[in-house]
Amino acid sequence: MHSLTAKILAKASGKEKVEVGETVIAKVDKVVIHDVTGPITLEVIEELKYQIREPEKLYVFLDHYSPSPSVPASNIHRKFRSFFSNYPQTKFFDIGEGICHQVMVEGNVLPGEVVVGADSHTTTYGALAAFSTGVGSTEAAYAILTGKLWFKVPEPLYVKLDGELPRYVCGKDVILRILGIIGQEGANYKSLEFLGSGLKSLSMSDRLTIANMSVEGGAKNAVFPLDDTLISYLEGFGQHIELGKLAYLRPPDGVNPDLVIDLSRLDPMVAKPHSPANVSPVGDVEGLRIDAAFIGSCTNGRYEDLLVAAEILKGRRVSRSVRLIITPASKKILNKMLETGIAKIFLDAGAVITPPSCGACFGGHLGVVGDEEVIISSSNRNFVGRMGSPKAKIYLASPATVAASAIEGRITDPRNYLR
Amino acid sequence: MGLRIVRGRVLKVGDNVDTDAIIPGKYLTLTDPRELGKHALEGLDPSMPSLLKDRQIIVAGRNFGCGSSREHAVLALLGAGVKAVLAESFARIFYRNAINRGLLAIEVPGVRNAVADGEEVIVNVEETTLITASGKTLGFKPIPKELLEIIEAGGLVESLKKGLTK
Repeated sequence: MHSLTAKILAKASGKEKVEVGETVIAKVDKVVIHDVTGPITLEVIEELKYQIREPEKLYVFLDHYSPSPSVPASNIHRKFRSFFSNYPQTKFFDIGEGICHQVMVEGNVLPGEVVVGADSHTTTYGALAAFSTGVGSTEAAYAILTGKLWFKVPEPLYVKLDGELPRYVCGKDVILRILGIIGQEGANYKSLEFLGSGLKSLSMSDRLTIANMSVEGGAKNAVFPLDDTLISYLEGFGQHIELGKLAYLRPPDGVNPDLVIDLSRLDPMVAKPHSPANVSPVGDVEGLRIDAAFIGSCTNGRYEDLLVAAEILKGRRVSRSVRLIITPASKKILNKMLETGIAKIFLDAGAVITPPSCGACFGGHLGVVGDEEVIISSSNRNFVGRMGSPKAKIYLASPATVAASAIEGRITDPRNYLR
Repeated sequence: MGLRIVRGRVLKVGDNVDTDAIIPGKYLTLTDPRELGKHALEGLDPSMPSLLKDRQIIVAGRNFGCGSSREHAVLALLGAGVKAVLAESFARIFYRNAINRGLLAIEVPGVRNAVADGEEVIVNVEETTLITASGKTLGFKPIPKELLEIIEAGGLVESLKKGLTK
């Protein structure tokens, strides 16, 4: 029995099969860079004076400083626009188009592909039965210039999901629970492989969140099998899967799981300062006062995330002592917010809507937290200083929990708002 | 082969030192190692950059360099004059970035308890030993030859220029 990761890496390296621990040189289908890690990649490319051979495989995003909050960031953007004007085939996404990981899963990644990105949350695309992982800027340059990269075939960590998620318990709660069990390096160098009947109740949005945050446990990648949910998701982007060719990505049988999670018994979870693995059920921190709330990021800025938050916020108001910031993860999502009217629900509730950006999540702009402030956030990291002041405290939770907490001004179980 | 023996004073840090602690997000528009180096480990404590002025070796606990893939973290340490990081374990992407930038990163089991902050140590890569001023000797697994060649060339780009890798 080989893991899905091993099967994808075998195909990408032209082998029948590969074993755990084996080093392979794999063909890379796509490379992602952005305006934080990309400048170093460009320096490396310029220093080596190589031409980019397959510019159409390169996806470039101005998403971290979107729009630019400073002169240095604007100068990075200037350099990017000028550099890539020489490569019209490169997929270039200027400010406002969206966060790289969201745009990539809006029809740009296919099952079975190998994708690397100069960003740790590149693990997200594993929800699409692809092998995807974060690399440094220099390795991204190497992959751009050579079209390949070496990988050690990771040991799988099989997570079996049983049951069905209750209402207002989300993919975020699943991955926080897993991180709470395995710890911050519990999956270091490993591949998180998901299986089980519980997958049926997980939307693509839930799966993307889970794959996204697998890196908070150190995982090299995460992978979900190719099932009907994924097939119909891809069809929504006009991609029709030939199952015959991709049968090896179907859900595996006869695997002994390393971890079993019963979704039906899961509570909303919260990661307390200062580690995404410092996790408790929401009940343990309920009532804790907050100053700010954030819904967005590549982790939880999808339409479904915003929809659940809007459901809770509809006809209600954010607490006077709290500011709620909403950042859709892509222009597509922002458009849908406007079309379906949920943007108005947020505005009426007193929230601030920002353009698509990585801003608040990494403490860049568009909602930076101050000294001694407490924020509840749907993003991915609560390290010291991550979202602004090193004196701030960050609690990570699902969009539902963040929305309910924003109304109360205190950390709140979203199930109190079930209508 | 200057990296085969590294000698220096130790700056000791704890477990799970993430890359936001090594170089906070607000400095990510910088790419010059010297500029980044002025803020190395600032996220851990604002006094760290000045402490690093006479420390060349970082000794860490588990999972050093977890979190963001930012290569700026390795550049900041190099810019601050750090020659080696010795840890109980490393996060995956940081480890690759360190090798690719020519920063010696070695997993040394037991290093956290064996070495004191500010102590002088000698790392002998060839003999795979760490010797402390207090007279302790620790061993570590040899660094694979291919990786050592990249480190000694000064990183992946330099080794590409020298034709050492494919």
